[in-house]
Amino acid sequence: MTTAATMPETIMIDVARYHPEHDEEPQYERFEVPYRSDWVVLDALNHIKDQDDGSLTYRWSCRMGVCGSCGMMVNGVPVLTCAAFLRDYLPGPVRVEPLAGFPVERDLVVDLKDFIGKLSAVKPWIIREEETPLSEGEYKQSPGQLADFKQFSMCINCMLCYSACPVYQHEEEFVGPAALALAQRYNADSRDEGNAERYPLIWSDDGIWDCTFVGECSEVCPKHVDPAGAIQSAKLESTVGWYTSFLPLGRKRD
Amino acid sequence: MRASNEPFFWSMFSAGGMVAAMVIPALIIVTGFLLPAGAIGFDRLNTVLTNPIGRFVVLGITFLVFAHAAHRLRHTMIDLGVTQFRLQIAVAIYGLALGGVIWTAIVVFA
Ligand code: SF4
Ligand code: FES
Repeated sequence: MTTAATMPETIMIDVARYHPEHDEEPQYERFEVPYRSDWVVLDALNHIKDQDDGSLTYRWSCRMGVCGSCGMMVNGVPVLTCAAFLRDYLPGPVRVEPLAGFPVERDLVVDLKDFIGKLSAVKPWIIREEETPLSEGEYKQSPGQLADFKQFSMCINCMLCYSACPVYQHEEEFVGPAALALAQRYNADSRDEGNAERYPLIWSDDGIWDCTFVGECSEVCPKHVDPAGAIQSAKLESTVGWYTSFLPLGRKRD
Repeated sequence: MRASNEPFFWSMFSAGGMVAAMVIPALIIVTGFLLPAGAIGFDRLNTVLTNPIGRFVVLGITFLVFAHAAHRLRHTMIDLGVTQFRLQIAVAIYGLALGGVIWTAIVVFA
């Protein structure tokens, strides 16, 4: 705990800057910002944008760990900058970089295309063989059935898990932690009947089987989604599927 | 999408992990401590391990643990950034494990 007497007046922030039109590669720029014990890294960035350089580019919105848009690398670790307190990085300097593993568009803003594409590739919606007519009421679910997938539904699409995943850093095709957890969220939902449609992608070599069970995704996830756990359960299901595919009545492999 | 054959290797890996965690410590205690301390007689242990079922169990345990270690090693290489020559590396690592299993078989059934 830093006491008032030892509390610094300012802290140094090293920000990665990149402007595709005139930079070959990212440069670091150092800013000195006031230190407040209740400031988060995002406050420091907002201060810089306000006082020092209005062209600093980054994403944020809710400032309360809900929207998932303020993820960046802080001292090399992917975090939500609205939840990363400066006091945890004393005495500084604090290095702020765009999320690792994604193409940088400008300064701290990364390209989301790959991630968004992967999210929709797992068909993250309830698939029914036949919709029950509205007149028959809602699809009921017990608390136990809800608990089967609730955790996986807490994802805010912040992409921290992709930045933390060593496999995603060199395997562009890897569907990745959040999208696989999202697939599991629907596969484990008692109202859903779409597992068979999701299996070909998530059971493939680009799906769960690219995962080497490092577990960093679950470490960095701010919402305790536990993508590593989701992938692990899917591996078990896939393995059962693989063995039973050799039985007469088993699901045939594609 | 091509279905993966990884489930086979993964199931051996999982089983091996289980065996490594539960059976190997017990074996270490029995052969490393209880036997030298005289708490278990050599003859008794010898009878258990050299009857045909005992031999197969020992071989099975060793096989799973080798499979586990090989699989972990193969994936750790990828995590460490060795992403080239995957097939060659896989063949070499699983080959090494298979060699260990064959060696064990020779010792166990000798
Ligand atoms: S699983 Fe967690 S870390 Fe990954 S995108 Fe969702 S909330 Fe972020
Ligand atoms: S600004 Fe919304 S999560 Fe940080």
